[in-house]
Amino acid sequence: MSTAVAPDSERDTGRATKAKDSDRSVAENRLGQKLVAPAVIMMVLVTAWPMAQALYLSLFRYRLTTPDDREFVGLGNYGTVLTDSLFWRDTWNTVLIMVITVGVELVIGFAFAMVMHKIMIARGLMRTSILIPYGIITVVSAFAWQFAFSLNNGFVNSWLPFFEDNFNWFGDHWPAMFAIMVSEIWKTTPFMALLLLAGLSQVSEDMLEAAEVDGASWWQRLWKVILPNMRAAIMVAVLFRALDAYRIFDQIYIMTKGAQDTESISFLTYRQVIEQMQLGMGSALSVLLFLSVLILAFGIVKLFRVDLAQARGEG
Amino acid sequence: MKKKTGIGTWIGFVLILVWCLLPVAWIVSLSFKSVEETSTGSPQFLPKDPTGENYSAILDNGDFTRALLNSFGISLIATLLSVIFATLAAYAIARLEFKGKRLVLSMALAIAMFPVVSLVGPLFDMWRTFGLFDTWPGLIIPYMTFTLPLAIWTLSAFFREIPWEMEQAAQVDGATSWQAFRKVIVPLAAPGVFTAAILTFFFAWNEFVLAISLTSTTASRTVPAQMSFFVGPDPFNPPYSQLATASVIVTIPVIVIVLLFQRKIVAGLTSGAVKG
Repeated sequence: MSTAVAPDSERDTGRATKAKDSDRSVAENRLGQKLVAPAVIMMVLVTAWPMAQALYLSLFRYRLTTPDDREFVGLGNYGTVLTDSLFWRDTWNTVLIMVITVGVELVIGFAFAMVMHKIMIARGLMRTSILIPYGIITVVSAFAWQFAFSLNNGFVNSWLPFFEDNFNWFGDHWPAMFAIMVSEIWKTTPFMALLLLAGLSQVSEDMLEAAEVDGASWWQRLWKVILPNMRAAIMVAVLFRALDAYRIFDQIYIMTKGAQDTESISFLTYRQVIEQMQLGMGSALSVLLFLSVLILAFGIVKLFRVDLAQARGEG
Repeated sequence: MKKKTGIGTWIGFVLILVWCLLPVAWIVSLSFKSVEETSTGSPQFLPKDPTGENYSAILDNGDFTRALLNSFGISLIATLLSVIFATLAAYAIARLEFKGKRLVLSMALAIAMFPVVSLVGPLFDMWRTFGLFDTWPGLIIPYMTFTLPLAIWTLSAFFREIPWEMEQAAQVDGATSWQAFRKVIVPLAAPGVFTAAILTFFFAWNEFVLAISLTSTTASRTVPAQMSFFVGPDPFNPPYSQLATASVIVTIPVIVIVLLFQRKIVAGLTSGAVKG
């Protein structure tokens, strides 16, 4: 690479200082590209290339158990998926889990962040305990809650006042969904709380004091000063958590294996590809899952940006 | 506004501790219940007759110890490679002007949002063709890729806060861009690199979808995958206490890392969030 640069730089040396500048920026440009190259190549090889492969395979009827029957069906797989009630039921489950868990996490996470922001002592202890659910393996969280809700061996039934001791949480759709969401919320609220805490510490104390002097109530300070000033942190937290919740898989696999209609869209895709070896159909599902995540990300960014613009308009 | 900690804050403090630690206490307690106790039904929180038999049973279980070895090996190698690549890339992003910087950043963002399950099918197909199915590299390669965005972000946030002048001073003294990187920036950046490594390790240690899809034997199955296939003698009743014991064992490294490096982890997690 350096030999290729040499003639250029020799030719340029005699010229004005501007040429020297651009010479330097050429070198910088090259070094920059060389340094990012390994990471970019890895990312392209492991995501972009397989995704293109999925796009291609989704146009075929292709089952690994009968590879010779591979047949081009065009958009047929998409038609089958989009007209299947199973797909829509699983999408509905996924959206429901995403909206409820992110909503609950936002409220609890914010409360946690307020406490962590105010507390002056035992910060190390608090940080350590809040990082444990974050760091714990999702599968472990799923097992812990599955056992907690278990009919024979769980403590939840005996602790909760309004439930019979023989209430089977995994025997019906809603209780099972509830148990799955509890596991998800428990594990990911700390992440939310930490992101919100970072946003909270950016809110200026002077502004809060000024609002207090002006007679704003606690509630008014929360809604008019604190929340608008941490909009960026809230957006990042919601964006990351929502996309993560939309991909929910581990909890469902461990806790119900999709029983009681608790299947998510990721679980359906997994089942098609790995258990049924329907690579064609599974690839169509993969593409649709990818597209819905993309739309979701776009929607959240758009939603918050509109809000931001409105807030600026008001100010 | 240095007020005294109010009663409400104290209640909140206790609630947070209970929230975070109760389920952990629950699996620890469950791991000390005997198999006989859980198979007859044991809904109370604490074990009736605490026993360590689950621990000796699980550590004698060759499949589990093998999975533990796989988990450590795969996670550590993926972390090492990911952090090396991400350090190079983040240095370029934070310090240098080059064409395609925006493209790299948006690519990292797209991959951070990528639904991993979407790749299971094509990777399954490709890995079988390349002979990577059910091998360590078969998991290391995707883990490393999926942690690159997080590592690049965390690291470029850290790198931006390293004083520019130091690097320029080194260059004025005759160091090349590369020497300035190696001799000046690397020592300053080490804490950030370490933080990125912890976050990367957590991801790889936790990963489940690829671990069950791209493996078929204990040759490369990691602990989360092995646990999901762990069926006791009674197919209708999971081996509660032994699964709880396995859970406790795989959580120990997490707790050790959290205890040692809590401040760094928090800084790493929130570094990109505030500035957006």
